[in-house]
Amino acid sequence: MAGLGFACLVLALVVCVYGIAASLYGVRSGRVEFSESGRRSVYALALVLTAAMAVLEVAFLRNDFAFNTVADTSSRTTPSFYRAAAVWSSQEGSLLLWAWLMSLWSSLALFLTRKRLRDVAAYATAIMLGFGGFFVSLMVFYANPFATTHPAPPEGAGLDPLLRFPTMMIHPPMLYSGYTLCTIPLAFGMGALLARRVDADWIKAIRRFAFAAWLFLGAGILLGARWSYSELGWGGYWGWDAVENASLMPWLTGTAFLHSLMIQEKRGMLKVWNVSLVLATGTLAIMGTFLVRSGILNSIHAFGGQTLGVPFVVLIAVLIAGSIYLVVSRREMLRSEHRLDSLVSRESMFLLNNLVLVGLCFVIFWGTYFPLISEALTGQEASVGPPWFNRYTVPLALILVLLSGIAPVIAWRRATLANFRRNFTAPIVCALLALVALLAAGIPEKPLALTMFCLAAFVLGSVGQEFYRGARARRAMAGEPLALAVLALVRRNRRRYGGYIVHVGIAVLFVGVAASSSFQHASELALSPGQSTRVGAYQIRYVRSTATITPKYDEAHTGSTLSLGALLDVTKNGRHVATLDPSEGFYASGEASQGSVGSLIGGQPVSHVAMDAGFTRDVWTAIQPDIEAPALQRIVKIGNSTLPPADAIVAIVALAHAYVTHPPQAQFHFIVSPLILWIWLGGAIVVGGALIAIWPAPSVVRRRVAVRSRARAVRGLARV
Amino acid sequence: MLALVGLVVLVVGAPLRRARRGDGSRLGASSPSQPAAGVERSSRREHDALQAARAELEAAREAKYREIRDTELDYRTGKLSRDDYQAIDADLRAEALTILDRLERLSSTDA
Amino acid sequence: MNPSRKRTVRLVVALSAAVALASALIYTSFSAASPALTPSQLLRQAEPGRSYQLTGTVVAGSVHREGAVLDFSVADRAGGAAIPLAYTGTVPDPFREGREVIVTVEKQGGRYVGERNSLITKCPSKYKTAPASENQNS
Repeated sequence: MAGLGFACLVLALVVCVYGIAASLYGVRSGRVEFSESGRRSVYALALVLTAAMAVLEVAFLRNDFAFNTVADTSSRTTPSFYRAAAVWSSQEGSLLLWAWLMSLWSSLALFLTRKRLRDVAAYATAIMLGFGGFFVSLMVFYANPFATTHPAPPEGAGLDPLLRFPTMMIHPPMLYSGYTLCTIPLAFGMGALLARRVDADWIKAIRRFAFAAWLFLGAGILLGARWSYSELGWGGYWGWDAVENASLMPWLTGTAFLHSLMIQEKRGMLKVWNVSLVLATGTLAIMGTFLVRSGILNSIHAFGGQTLGVPFVVLIAVLIAGSIYLVVSRREMLRSEHRLDSLVSRESMFLLNNLVLVGLCFVIFWGTYFPLISEALTGQEASVGPPWFNRYTVPLALILVLLSGIAPVIAWRRATLANFRRNFTAPIVCALLALVALLAAGIPEKPLALTMFCLAAFVLGSVGQEFYRGARARRAMAGEPLALAVLALVRRNRRRYGGYIVHVGIAVLFVGVAASSSFQHASELALSPGQSTRVGAYQIRYVRSTATITPKYDEAHTGSTLSLGALLDVTKNGRHVATLDPSEGFYASGEASQGSVGSLIGGQPVSHVAMDAGFTRDVWTAIQPDIEAPALQRIVKIGNSTLPPADAIVAIVALAHAYVTHPPQAQFHFIVSPLILWIWLGGAIVVGGALIAIWPAPSVVRRRVAVRSRARAVRGLARV
Repeated sequence: MLALVGLVVLVVGAPLRRARRGDGSRLGASSPSQPAAGVERSSRREHDALQAARAELEAAREAKYREIRDTELDYRTGKLSRDDYQAIDADLRAEALTILDRLERLSSTDA
Repeated sequence: MNPSRKRTVRLVVALSAAVALASALIYTSFSAASPALTPSQLLRQAEPGRSYQLTGTVVAGSVHREGAVLDFSVADRAGGAAIPLAYTGTVPDPFREGREVIVTVEKQGGRYVGERNSLITKCPSKYKTAPASENQNS
């Protein structure tokens, strides 16, 4: 079976090489059949990699420990769901996932453009196959997912307990989809430059891919933040970690691209911006992929594998050099057709937006790669922490939100100045009302957070005004009731109103971020049962300790041998709010050196957070039971010396009993954060708005009729 | 495995086989293969260029119509005065007319 | 001012602003950064009052908890010089003896104090690339 898998990889490599040659030959010689063949190579690649993926999945599901990746990351006791997902928890498996997803998206993109963009698509095919070939070569020569060991070990090492959460298993495919989707616009961007066709048809095609990439990447980032907050023991959702930043950077340039693409569509401007942005997005995505697995930067995610660093650096260097060359050599073709008509126009707002987003990206880039930069410049590796990042990203984020509130109120080309000033009344009133309300409610003076809240109110005011005025205009024309008017308005102007909804979502998200960062109450302390503490407006009482044992071979749970925890009673002003049960799971390590009992709980412990999520605040709790306490360790030692492995579970029962009856003091971490839910809510609104914006327009037939009648109208005007 | 390789060759080679068959069947008994295939290829290239130009103009037309609608919405939601709106609208419609003319000329050359 | 001159002015203003901001950014990054040092380097270079990023391995047998404070020692990856430090704050789940950690420390008096909540433990290397060795058959 492993042989079959590896043969698939080799076949994939052959297909890539052939496809590149065929596409390039086809486009240079004009022989369409070769370009066609090149395109079909991508389909074939997807087919072959699907087969390879299937082989690996089957190996995992069947517990075939001859496969090294299966032996390293799975075990007989791992539940089926996690076994299936463990495929991508190893370096080799994740490379296969990357290549497979890439081949799927590439096939889809080429299928959707099979009748258009002939030349561009041919070059794009070659580039996409180049990426595919790169990743497949990595697998064939460096990190083979189908490597085997004979004789096969009887049992696997098991999945790292930290990964035994559903969100954690979905996080890589989602994020990889985002990363791989970013390479599609890159390929089509380079293809367009190579074919010298950066035009309206290209815009139409590339927008869809860029949007999909943006959506998936954004969802992946949000899921990662959510996982970090709800599953990890530190209670935060963003730490400016190198790997987090690496995924954010292409998303920022992608956002800039989606906006400024509209300008190119309308006015033929910002072409250089757009190709640069699309190339940067793809390159940053590759850099992000590289960062996670190269270990060149210290990060929680720093997976080892120095051997893969060099090929990636070469690829990135080629991408950067190639991009610069293409843009410079094609600059004649990228000249703007028009100039900015007026500073008071949506175009200039979008340009400012570009600058802010790129500025944000630069700040994050600098901070993330600073260890390397400082080492190169000063010989001393140094790193900057969250305070530095926050100092520069927060003001830029504020400007971004402000711009998203101004842009709806401004017209394309040139806004009428008098109207422009008048149109701001309602949004500014909203912002001021918010300010007054917040100050009156006694919100402590935190200028940055307050500014964000007011700006968010400003955005809501301006978007609300847009909806209201648009609906009113529709009613004046079609006489529908208000609700229907709003729906019709959105349906007929999806891009605009979907975009407005996205901006509302972003504002809500930032409000959540501002509130939860500025007005958080956190407390870390040791408690014994019966004791209580005050966190923010809440009283938290440690009621009693808990202990749960799960048998060694259970399928239903995450497989921890022993879970020690606490029952907490949360009250506010004497009123009961919630009962929370945080715990820490201790897993089997499989290391005989820890003793028969020790090895059952000697694996990496995983914190199970308990929280009460609410619209206005989250109460988040985590516990670190003192497993090292003398009383408990005595039981372990006695068990190690007297019990054989088969009976060791008896000592675990004793441990549980001891913990419930005489618990040592445990370390608790409590956080009360306002408005955390608004972050996830804002994210959901963004996704909803984005889907509305990219949903294809209604009945195509109706549009054709409208088009024909419009044509007549245009001609009519000309004759007058 | 062999089945997979066979499938790949089938999928990837289909256009090549089709082209060779197409060239062969279009050949008369007398004419040598090279020039006829060359003529086929160059006319196909012309056809492709025409297709590309048409797709480009159609996309530009769609974008222009969207612009016209957007400007009207801008006017109706109070961002433009009547005078400004009429000026911009006239510009846009003139631009749309240019595109429509070019499209018509393209269709007539193709016919 | 004619339009093209206006455009040039705008461009110059924008570029100057960008350059100014970038310079501020770059300057502060150097002064705000904490150098990453190994224990042996830290022993040589540490100045009291400055914070450093200490990277190394947790020494076996050195981990003790006293209330809210966690004491442990960090040694060079290759073994050798070890630095004992007192740390308060969140301890990540993967933390244990023998694991690689990064913690921000400051020299206070004669002791090293870990900055609150700055302890990062590297996830055990799941993404290990199997070396191309003899016992790999494919």
